[in-house]
Amino acid sequence: MELQTLTYIVVGMTFAVYIGIAFWARAGSTSEFYVAGGGIHPVANGMATAADWMSAASFISMAGLIAFYGYGGTVFLMGWTGGYVLLAMLLAPYLRKHGKFTVPEFIGDRYYSKVARIVAVVCLIIASVTYVIGQMKGIGVAFSRFLEVSYEMGLLVGMAIVFVYAVVGGMKGITYTQIAQYCVLICAYTIPAVFISLNLTGNPVPQLGLGSMLTGTETYLLDRLDQVVTELGFAEYTTQSRLSTLNTFVYTLSLMIGTAGLPHVIIRFFTVSKVSDARVSAGWALVFITILYTTAPAVAAMARLNLHQTIQPENAQNLAYAERPDWFKNWEKTGLLAFEDKNNDGLISYTADPATNEMVKVDKDIMVLANPEIARLPNWVIALVAAGGLAAALSTAAGLLLAIASAISHDLLKGVIKPEITEKQELLASRIAMAGAIGLAGYLGFNPPDFAAGTVALAFGLAASSIFPVLMMGIFSKRINKEGAIAGMIAGLSVTLLYVFQHKGVMFIASTSYLGDMSPNWFMGIEPNAFGAVGAVINFTVAYGVSMMTREPPEHIQHMVENIRIPAGASAAQSH
Amino acid sequence: MADNNLTARKEYWRANLRLMLVLLSIWFVISYLCGILFVEELNTIRLGGYKLGFWFAQQGSMYGFVAIVFIYARKMAALDRKFEVHD
Repeated sequence: MELQTLTYIVVGMTFAVYIGIAFWARAGSTSEFYVAGGGIHPVANGMATAADWMSAASFISMAGLIAFYGYGGTVFLMGWTGGYVLLAMLLAPYLRKHGKFTVPEFIGDRYYSKVARIVAVVCLIIASVTYVIGQMKGIGVAFSRFLEVSYEMGLLVGMAIVFVYAVVGGMKGITYTQIAQYCVLICAYTIPAVFISLNLTGNPVPQLGLGSMLTGTETYLLDRLDQVVTELGFAEYTTQSRLSTLNTFVYTLSLMIGTAGLPHVIIRFFTVSKVSDARVSAGWALVFITILYTTAPAVAAMARLNLHQTIQPENAQNLAYAERPDWFKNWEKTGLLAFEDKNNDGLISYTADPATNEMVKVDKDIMVLANPEIARLPNWVIALVAAGGLAAALSTAAGLLLAIASAISHDLLKGVIKPEITEKQELLASRIAMAGAIGLAGYLGFNPPDFAAGTVALAFGLAASSIFPVLMMGIFSKRINKEGAIAGMIAGLSVTLLYVFQHKGVMFIASTSYLGDMSPNWFMGIEPNAFGAVGAVINFTVAYGVSMMTREPPEHIQHMVENIRIPAGASAAQSH
Repeated sequence: MADNNLTARKEYWRANLRLMLVLLSIWFVISYLCGILFVEELNTIRLGGYKLGFWFAQQGSMYGFVAIVFIYARKMAALDRKFEVHD
């Protein structure tokens, strides 16, 4: 069957399932809307968390980045998984014990201050909106490609679908939809990887295939890859590094802390019924994430090897441009892959030296999508990959939108502005807030002001520098008071924002950058994307210092902290 | 009775912190030490087709993270029962 038709069928079927689930599990109360009534099984919750967590960045971009950065791509692998260890030990069980709907609500209670709650809402919205814009853009690009419409039209279709199942279903609908989306995305990711691993090494498990010998030879796959890329003048795959060791260290830390501080991930642990379930659920989430994350390095290395072997089929014999395969032609049309015959010999020469390299453009983001085609897998596999990428982007967008909506309707409206509204009015307000957030994110998606990978990294940096430290200190210290927490959040957030803006431009508009995106100006050689960890250290230090200089928290707050530390007596999540 | 309860709670919390400290050290060793700071030294050792440092960075650390979280959940459930603070 034609690829286009197959893609329609597969993508259409998965969407019918998502929307069906949303209507079946639609929310009737605020508790069901915000935290799914607190009754989701830990394994199911872990699966939904994994889908919530893994966005288009994990599904589409990450393996492509690793394919070209080699060992240097490690920051994403460790950074985006190691945070769950912090989440499971430092935050999830205690926040679940406290039993409220939102992250700002906890901060407001613990620091006995509406100001602290509002500052937390601001941090949450800045971090989540920046993140969601990237997702909307991914959705727009994906829909426009599969429906063969303009980018704007694709974005509108995507917005409509997110609207239906996030607004109608609330957390309950989102949770069940995300379980379905996890199944789709993990199949879409692993099936091509299994086929490719089997082709290259004879081992169907990609994680083992990566460490195996190539079929019919005595050479290990990674050794062969190192040899192929170094012969062409590229850095050795398994040892190649990006920037300094310090930068790698800080970048990894930043992504880990950011993971544990992102509100849409944290609220997932309010949906289980017991404190012990929150710990187990974090473990299951990590299992489901690790399945994809340990497959990614295999996908990356095998894609890179296949790419070079396609262009240079036999030793030092380059492929003739006229004989290039179909996938090559298809991606040339998108402008993401480009060839220029510099020496006019009609052959494709792909080397590290810019003077002789004729593959003038190989966009890193096409690797996962092009991978099944490069490996000549059947069309249905390629259609499945399309559905998987959409599932990843949509599930994350829905989770983020819910976190934004609950911060506005529950924390700002009910918590501060108009505490007397009824449950029904609050539910309506959160649906309106969610619709508003979709509109805003869509609008920014139409006019992306140079948003891309930098946006996602900023979202992590902001969460790492503002939300994580005050949550952690609120549980592990009885001495941190409201003055310390407020000062800490503001200091961490502003230092991180200023550092990013000064190198990338205010609101990412490059011309307004006052130092330029130049590595000589980086503080200790740390790139802006990695700065969240430094912001977090500043947050911790300021919060501690200010708390020590001001009065200790009132006694009932100290009792509350003691109570949070003990699982006994946890009830279902509720508002006050 | 109330005093006993308070001491038990303190002991529970201390046991929790000890467990966390041990597990966070392992977390740090498998990722930041094996995967980043000592990666070159470990790369001189092979694990099948993998250089060991590269394996820790792109495979091993993640398996370790999963194990750490489950060990924590399990040990904490035992502590909850021992101190009778389970929910």
